[in-house]
Order: sequence, then C-alpha cells, then structure tokens
Amino acid sequence: MSTLDTRSGIGNDVPLWKRYVAGHHWRSADEEFDACTLGFWLFLATEVLLFAGLFCAYAMLRYKYPEAFVNGSSYLDWRWGCVNTAVLLLSSYTMAASIRMFQLDRQGTGKLLLAITFVCGLGFLFVKGTFEYMPKLSGWFFFLDPALPHYLEFKNAEALGGMLVHIDGYGGKAPGQFFSYAFSSDPWEPLWWSVYYSATGIHALHVVIGMSLIAWCWVRARKGAYGPTHYTMVENTGLYWHLVDLIWIFLFPLLYLIH
Amino acid sequence: MSTLDSSNAGHLGGHHAHGGSYLTPKGGWLTTVIDWATTVDHKKIGVMYMVAVLFMFFLGGVAALVVRTELVTPVRTVEVQATDPATGQPMVDAEGKPVMKSEIRGQWLGEMKAKITGQELTSIDGGNNWYNRAFTLHGAIMVFMVIIPSIPASLGNFLIPLMLGAKDVAFPRLNLLSWYVYVTGSIFAVCSIVIGGVDTGWTFYTPYSTTTDAEYANVVLMVLGAFILGFSSILTGLNFVVTVHKLRAPGMGWFDMPLFIWAMYSTSLIQVLATPVIGITLLLLIFERMFRIGIFDPALGGDPVLYQHFFWFYSHPVVYVMILPAFGVISEIIPVHSHKKIFGYRAVAFASLGVALVSFLVWGHHMFASSGELAATVFSALTFLVAIPTAVKVFNWIATLYKGSIALTTPMWYALIFLFLFSIGGLTGLPLGTLATDLHLHDSYYVVAHFHYVMMGGTIITFVGGLHHWWPKMFGRMYNQFWANIGAFTVFIGFNVTFFTQFFLGTQGMPRRYASYIDDYQIYHVISTVGSYILLLGFLIHLFVFLHSLVAGRKAPANPWGGLTLEWEAASPPDEHNFHHEPIVKHGPYDFDTTVPPHWDPKDYPLPARPKHAH
Repeated sequence: MSTLDTRSGIGNDVPLWKRYVAGHHWRSADEEFDACTLGFWLFLATEVLLFAGLFCAYAMLRYKYPEAFVNGSSYLDWRWGCVNTAVLLLSSYTMAASIRMFQLDRQGTGKLLLAITFVCGLGFLFVKGTFEYMPKLSGWFFFLDPALPHYLEFKNAEALGGMLVHIDGYGGKAPGQFFSYAFSSDPWEPLWWSVYYSATGIHALHVVIGMSLIAWCWVRARKGAYGPTHYTMVENTGLYWHLVDLIWIFLFPLLYLIH
Repeated sequence: MSTLDSSNAGHLGGHHAHGGSYLTPKGGWLTTVIDWATTVDHKKIGVMYMVAVLFMFFLGGVAALVVRTELVTPVRTVEVQATDPATGQPMVDAEGKPVMKSEIRGQWLGEMKAKITGQELTSIDGGNNWYNRAFTLHGAIMVFMVIIPSIPASLGNFLIPLMLGAKDVAFPRLNLLSWYVYVTGSIFAVCSIVIGGVDTGWTFYTPYSTTTDAEYANVVLMVLGAFILGFSSILTGLNFVVTVHKLRAPGMGWFDMPLFIWAMYSTSLIQVLATPVIGITLLLLIFERMFRIGIFDPALGGDPVLYQHFFWFYSHPVVYVMILPAFGVISEIIPVHSHKKIFGYRAVAFASLGVALVSFLVWGHHMFASSGELAATVFSALTFLVAIPTAVKVFNWIATLYKGSIALTTPMWYALIFLFLFSIGGLTGLPLGTLATDLHLHDSYYVVAHFHYVMMGGTIITFVGGLHHWWPKMFGRMYNQFWANIGAFTVFIGFNVTFFTQFFLGTQGMPRRYASYIDDYQIYHVISTVGSYILLLGFLIHLFVFLHSLVAGRKAPANPWGGLTLEWEAASPPDEHNFHHEPIVKHGPYDFDTTVPPHWDPKDYPLPARPKHAH
C-alpha cells in the first residue's frame, strides 16, 4: 500500500517510478525484481524449447532430404538475411542501452532508444515481408527489389501504379500442398518451404510480440514509469528482445548459409 | 496498515477476531461473483480450479460410462438411426427396417448392409466414429483438463503459499490469467465436442489427426484447446517455481520445505520444460491439418514418427506431471495421519527431482512398435530407471507407516488405497517396459488397465484423498467421515472391478480403441462395465458427503489432523492474507516426536519422552 508515500510529504509531481511500491506479498521491491527476472528467464527457457521443436524438425528433414534443402536454401538471398541480422543486432544494442538509460534516469534517451528498437523491428518485418515472403509466395515484387532486374523479361503485370511488379512463374514457393512453383528440381522441396515458413513465421510472430512489448514500455515510459529503482518491465522486455534476436542468429545460418 | 492492525487483533482478540476468511462474501451476490472472477487470491483461484476440474471430471466420466456401456455387447449397444442425406428423412432399408448410423460406413457390417439394401454410403457420420469420439472425449478431457491440472492447479495453488508461509504466489495476476487460459482452452475443446467431436484418440497421432473423418474445424479446435491448455500449464508451473525460490518463510531452507512442495517444484520444472515442445508440435499439427504443410505427412515427405517423438517428449514427462503431485500429497497424508516423521525425507525429496530428470529420457518407450531395435533397447533400459526413485518413495511411505500411530481417517484410507493401486500400476508397467513382452501387450487392454491404475489409481485417487485431507482447511467444515469412508471403499471396489478385468482382456488379445470384439471377451467387458457403475456410485457418495459438509458440516478446527506444516497454523478457512503474522519456521514439517502441532494443547499431544542422548 502506498499510504507511507503520501504521508512522507512527497507530492504527486514525483515521477511514477519513485512512487512504485512492490506487491503486498513481497518483502521488498528488490525481491520482487529478482522474482520477476527469474520468472522471465524460465519463460525464455520455454521459448527456446518451443523453437527446439522446429530445429529438430529441420535437422531430421534435412537429414532425410539434403538435396531439397540445399536447393530450397539457394532461393534465399543471403544478403537479405545479413541485413536482417544486422538490423536485429543493432536493435539488441539499442534495447540494452535503453535499459541502461532508464537505470541512469536519462528518460529522453531511454525513450528514444526504445523507439529506435521498435523501428528496427519494423524494418526486419518489412524486409522479410516485402523482399522475401511476398515474391516467393505470389510472384509479386516490390519495384525497388534489387533482384527484380534479373526477371524483368518475364514481367506480366503491374499494380499500385508500378510499385508492385508480377513476374511470371516466380511465385508458388509455398509450403506443403500449396507449392506450385513449376521449376523446382527436387520433389521434396515443398517440405523445405514448410520448414522455412513455419520457422520464420513463428519467429516473425515473436518479433511482433516483442515490438508490442517495446511499444507498451514506451507508452509507460512517457508517463515516467521507469527509473533507477524500478525498471522491471523494460529489463524483461529487453530479455525477450534478445531472445528473439538469438533465435534469428540460429535461423539465419541454418536457412541461408548452409549449402 | 493491514499488517499492523492484524497483528494487534491477533494478540487481543484471538484468531477469529480480525477480518474475515477468504470465503466471506464481499457484498451482494453480484459483487461476490465479480470479486471471485477478478480475484488474485491464490486460495480463490485454487478453489475455482477445483470447481472447473471437477466439472470436467464429470464430463469425462460421462464419456467413460458411454464407452463402457457401448462395450457391454460385442457389436453395438447404443444405436442411432441414420438420416438419408437425399430426403432428410430417417433412413430405412428395402424391407422398411431402420438403418443405423453404425451400419453405413467404416464398418464391415455397414458395408454388407449397404450392399444388400443398395443404398449409397454417403453419411460421414457413420461407422464407429461416434464411439471413437466418445473415447477421444474421455481421454482428452481426463488427461488435459482433469489430471494435469487436478492436484497442481487446485491443491497446489491453494497450498503452496500457505505451506511456504507466504501471502500469495509470486505472480498473482499471472495466476488468474492461467485460470482464464485454462477455461478458454477447455471451452475450445468442449466446442469441438459440441460441434461433432474428434475421433483421433487423445494423442492426436498423425495421420489420424490429419486425415480422419471428423470435420477440420473439430480437430483444429480440439488441438488448439490442448495448445492453449499448455500455456496455462506453463504459466502455473513458472509461477510455482519462482514462488518456491523466492517466497519461503524466514527460517525455511530447502530441506525444511514440506515434501508436497518438493513434489510440486519438480512437477513445475517438468511443466515449464516439456510443455513448450507440445506447444510447437500442436502448432505444426494445426498447420498440417489446415494447410497440409506436410511435416508429418509421408505423402509430402514428412514423417509421422517425428510427431510421435515430439508428442511423447512432452507427454511422457507429463505422465510425471500427473503423478508427482500425487506423490507429494501422499507424502503429506501419511506422516500426518500416522503422527510420525517421514522416513527418509531427503530420499523422498531427491526422488521427486530424480523422477523429473529421468522423465525426460524415456519418451521412446511409447514407441517400441515404431522405432528401431537399438533405440527401443536403449529406451527400454532407461525406462527401468524410473522404477528406482518411485520405489524409493513407496518404501519410504511404508517405512513411515511402520510403528506409526495410524489414524484411519478418510485421507489415510485413500493413501492406503493409493499404495495398493499404484503398486499394481507400477509393477504391471514392467512388462510394458520390457521389449519382448511389450510387443505382445502393446496397444492392448493391458495398457489401458495399466495406465488407469497409475493415472486414476495414482492421481485421481490421491486428488480425492487430498481433497479430504485439506477440505477442512479449504472450507472450514468437517465432513461425515463414515460416509466418506463408505465412498472410498465403493470407489476402491469399483475401480478394481473395472480395471483389473482389463488386464485379462489385454493379455488375451483385446486391442484398445475397438468398439466391437469377439464374443469370448464379453464376460470381461460386462464385469468391467459393472465396475464402472460402482465407481460412479462411489463418486456420487463423495459428492453428497462434500455437499452435506458445505451445508451442514461441523465447523473445522484450524488443525483437525495435527499437521505440522505451516498451512495448519492458519485459520480454517484461512484469512484473506493467510496468516496473522509472517510465520517463522522453527521446526521441520514432520517433527512429530518433538513438536506439539499448532493449535493443539500439549495435554492432548503428549510428546514421547526424549532419549537422554538427544541434544
């Protein structure tokens, strides 16, 4: 209960983080922080195990159909993978720095770094959706896609005033029974796409969740909720974001680099 | 402010002067309902879990009785007349006799009938499908919605903070969320049943779960339900692990914790570490059923055995999520009701962790028929490791009983029933862990009998026993012990009549999951079905005993059995914040020979004379 604080003469102009009082069942805010962090690490363990299932499926199916996987992997552009890796690494840095800023009560920088982290997440999703998912699934290219010039001779449609260009026969690299790409060289290639979309799709979902958490932190930070003595939420959001980054660091070589 | 006031009241006015118990209504019925629906009090959440679990137990039990009733006769007992899809009228054959759903498709009898009558096989709701749905309903509900959350979520939620001397679990709001997630998952599953049911078996094995007749939506809903329930399980487990780490009362080291806490801690670790794997598996299964992505579909290059590996990597550890809390409950009931220190405290505590560890290494023994010889041999060998910590516990409980001052209360009867049934369940597991015998018994009624002895005879029996042990604490009322004992005996007899016969059925070759069988098996099936009705009678007796207790039960003292763990220091039912003061632990949870139990008069509890050499 916060009765103590109002009696102590500190008014309501005091930032939110200074007025934070731990839950009634905790002996101190420090213990609460420790418990939250421990709980969050356990949660991260469950996330790792969740992805472990996907990595297992990847390993087993790759062992069964190495050609299909090598062939499927060759459709991915390692440069886009690199860009996204760099974006996520940068965002991990800004996230970590943001936590530090709140610990030092540098609210403005902290919020700015949160915003940058959020934008990095957005950038990751943009690259993934625009340059990877969209052309492979549908054959529609974004007009700035550097790969587009190679295929321009097969252009058969345009949309959104030339922003989107459709390339005949490029799309259809869809998972499982939706696979309709005519030029595949291995009968088991649909399976590669199943693994690729399951893994990157679930990872992308995690990026979205992480971005939502970051956005929530930013909204709370505007109200002054985080500071040197109370920053649990930013800390745990940071942990989550690093995990999202880490999973990608494993997905990137497995999907893009191994031949 | 509340701490200060309550401590004063505790000194001045005795234990019932301050505030109210957690059960005291906050106002009118609407206020009370809202209060319960938004509560973050672990006790209320535990009680809500209990109600939800008991309701699902009722649903699953009805499905079980349907299955047993169907099995009374070798072919069909319950018949539903089919509808002619062309006319919408009840279907009749050439002679004007009604055509039953079972005769239309999927069964040789139906095929023959169709040939004779010349009617087309058009109904998708025919054959033995509805039977398959009944046992899937029974299995899925009992496993995912009853046994897994039974002891951990209801008794665990109620007792863990009390036993640790804490005011609540580490994350009270997360705890409430778990409950809602559990209810949501259950609603998904129930919806799937209402709109037609699932005929895949509770394991959702591919290709059953990707190709069976049931509508797409049903299977997806049911699997999604299980996926959501998994989240509830993870969140609860996580909450408990952190609670045990961070919220023990001052003076309570790891080895001063009650053994129920040790068991719940091990359980929670398994829940946290195994459930995510089923999460991704069920997610991939949903993709598989909805989008045919092919990871588990051999036609597209996938591997159905991979599904089995994933499934059992979770579901075998989860067998111990089902049984470990039961071990914890038994470890409480036996010392308290025989007023004797538990034999081998550390052995029992480490056995819980040992079971948790080994549980992750033995999933392959569910797949002897589908894995290679070497793998099967290794898994068979590892499987026998489970027997070691389990046997350690059983022997320690028996050693605790030895020369104890045993009170034959209802919880104690249940503990004894547990020892009997669980030993049968455990020992009949050995032939299943042995490769050569398993290939004979695999997927037979022997397996059905074995896991019912372990899961029902182990977990459900203990859950009911635990409810009787902590009922006075939870609701502040005693119950009629005579009738509760009658109920316990009825359940015991009904259980054995139902399931012991199934060992014979299995060894003689009756496969599981079949609606029809050869005539020679009928006598066993009839006995088994009669047993299931006796079981029903037993549970009904318990239901009435509990209802009677709530309405007219004698007021319970704070410590009716003379327990030493901290929950008995709280009032019955406990106050809103559990304790008047933060308890300080000064004695072990089972030091019956040196400590007068809280709320007991030393006159009524003469301690044995201390031997001279002690201390």
